[in-house]
Amino acid sequence: MKLVKHAKSVALALAIGLSSSHSFAADQTLLNSSYDIARELFASYNEHFASVWKEKTGKTVEVRQSHGGSSRQAQAIIEGLRADVVTYNQVTDVDILHTRGKLIPADWRDQLPNASSPYYSTMAYLVRKGNPKGVSNWDDLARDDVSSVFPNPKTSGNGRYTYLAAYGYAQKAFEGDEAKADEFVKTFLSRVAVFDTGGRGATTTFVERGIGDVLITFESEVNNIIAEFPDHGFEVVVPKVSFLAEFPVAVVERHATRNGNLELAKAYLDELYSEDAQRLLAGFNYRVHNEVVQAEFADQFPAVELLTIEEIAGSWDDAMSIHFANGAKLDQLQRR
Amino acid sequence: MQTRASLRVGDQPWVKWSLISLALFIVGTLLIVPLVAIFVQAFGDGVQGFLANITDTYTLHAISLTLLVAALTIPLNLVFGVFLAWLVTRFEFPGRKLLITLIDIPFAVSPVVAGLLYLLLYGSNGWLGSWLMDHDVQLMFSWPGILMVTVFVTCPFVARELIPLMQQQGKEEEEAGVTLGASGWQLFRRVTLPNIQWALIYGVVLTNARAMGEFGAVSVVSGNIRGETNTLPLHVELLYQDYNAVGAFTSASLLAGIALITLFVKSFVEWRQARQRRVLDEVSE
Repeated sequence: MKLVKHAKSVALALAIGLSSSHSFAADQTLLNSSYDIARELFASYNEHFASVWKEKTGKTVEVRQSHGGSSRQAQAIIEGLRADVVTYNQVTDVDILHTRGKLIPADWRDQLPNASSPYYSTMAYLVRKGNPKGVSNWDDLARDDVSSVFPNPKTSGNGRYTYLAAYGYAQKAFEGDEAKADEFVKTFLSRVAVFDTGGRGATTTFVERGIGDVLITFESEVNNIIAEFPDHGFEVVVPKVSFLAEFPVAVVERHATRNGNLELAKAYLDELYSEDAQRLLAGFNYRVHNEVVQAEFADQFPAVELLTIEEIAGSWDDAMSIHFANGAKLDQLQRR
Repeated sequence: MQTRASLRVGDQPWVKWSLISLALFIVGTLLIVPLVAIFVQAFGDGVQGFLANITDTYTLHAISLTLLVAALTIPLNLVFGVFLAWLVTRFEFPGRKLLITLIDIPFAVSPVVAGLLYLLLYGSNGWLGSWLMDHDVQLMFSWPGILMVTVFVTCPFVARELIPLMQQQGKEEEEAGVTLGASGWQLFRRVTLPNIQWALIYGVVLTNARAMGEFGAVSVVSGNIRGETNTLPLHVELLYQDYNAVGAFTSASLLAGIALITLFVKSFVEWRQARQRRVLDEVSE
């Protein structure tokens, strides 16, 4: 029977293929659910953690990674993806693990230092070679000869951060005069050339389609884009005031307990705060809290006044209802 | 006998050639150029780069997972498709027409919706999901879930190919077989199968192509765990998000290669089918 022979050879090929990727069986495995652009960061950190864990306990650990838009990742966990830890780029996405899934305690932000955010970043500008429009701060982006590109705040966390950063700047600049701040942000939004749905799309618009004078995204991303497209000679500009973008982490206690990984999961997140790990994170262009590492990377991270969500909108819940809900401030200001 | 009135569009050379060149232009820009671009991009870092990307652990795993899912989907849908086609063409029963219509549901429903349906049913908040969770069975966000949605999305292909053919062929030959004393299995092996074999292969080819290329439904239930639940189409997107364009296009070129092979096999099978039909017609004359 030809068919049987064929089926056998396929099965063999599959077995080889599958076994090649599981060639070394680790003593323990951990699943980390993370945001979509953090793959290389965690590939590197997982290696670091595996050696630390091996030294400490003598056991080998293999950390599996799941990457995607962090809202969708959180949704998958609520639907049953058994991740042991989450490492996201938005506080709201960790919060819903408590509010909708009761998978983590309400006080998850108090479980680890710095409000459970081992590293942070801020919104920065990517400008074309030589910064021809002389862009240095948010007020430049409201000029009528400057057009900017960033993802739509309606669909993207990245875009929401940019909107909040601009709003926070306006609140400061106009000393809390809400009407003036609104007017500024309205002008700022009207100068946007294209609203893409996500960060990757905005990058493509700016780099490959050549649209806009400024691309606004995470500082950590800006540096990656420069590295990715060295021929374009892009430059980073960090505004004087910007938004504190936190990268919250949490142990998904229900799942980790079930997987028998609670201790391992906690150690995995604790290790992120160690000096070596903080150095590794800084190497990926994230800002960190460790003072020794901060001093080492002082040149790379220009001083910036960081506004928190509490300063700008009170809390994430308020920010969502005041700014981003249907018909709320963002919609009103975008009406041209 | 020829009159001016019988002159058709295209009989004038300039109409013919402008239509042909327009068609070629459209095919070239919409189909050929992107296809070539995939391979050009894939070899952007040379053959070495291509090989390095292919032999990446995660890419290898994505390939084998995709093959595994396709290898399990095909037999399942093969049996299901033959059974269903046989049922609706050989028997009369109430609801038969309705059943033929229902087969097409997976074609009518968007794959993303299909994925979400499975998630709502089998996810940990779903009707069956909470029961499964209590019994420690993980279907969603693991390969069985991927298999389930792939089977769903591809299940009409085989049946859809067989039903018209089996209707056309009728049941006379089989009835003749029965009167000659053939058992059910003999009947299937000796009479039914040879008649439908090319349509069957055609259905399998289409099932395979779709099973390997499915993105929407799989992406909903996959959980995107690298080296565990990442299929080849998902891997392409993931690499692209990572700014690894060459890697993404390398994986894409594998999918494109599968598509090309599928096309060739498909044309071959179509040719065989046409020949079989001609033979049948000659015999009946």
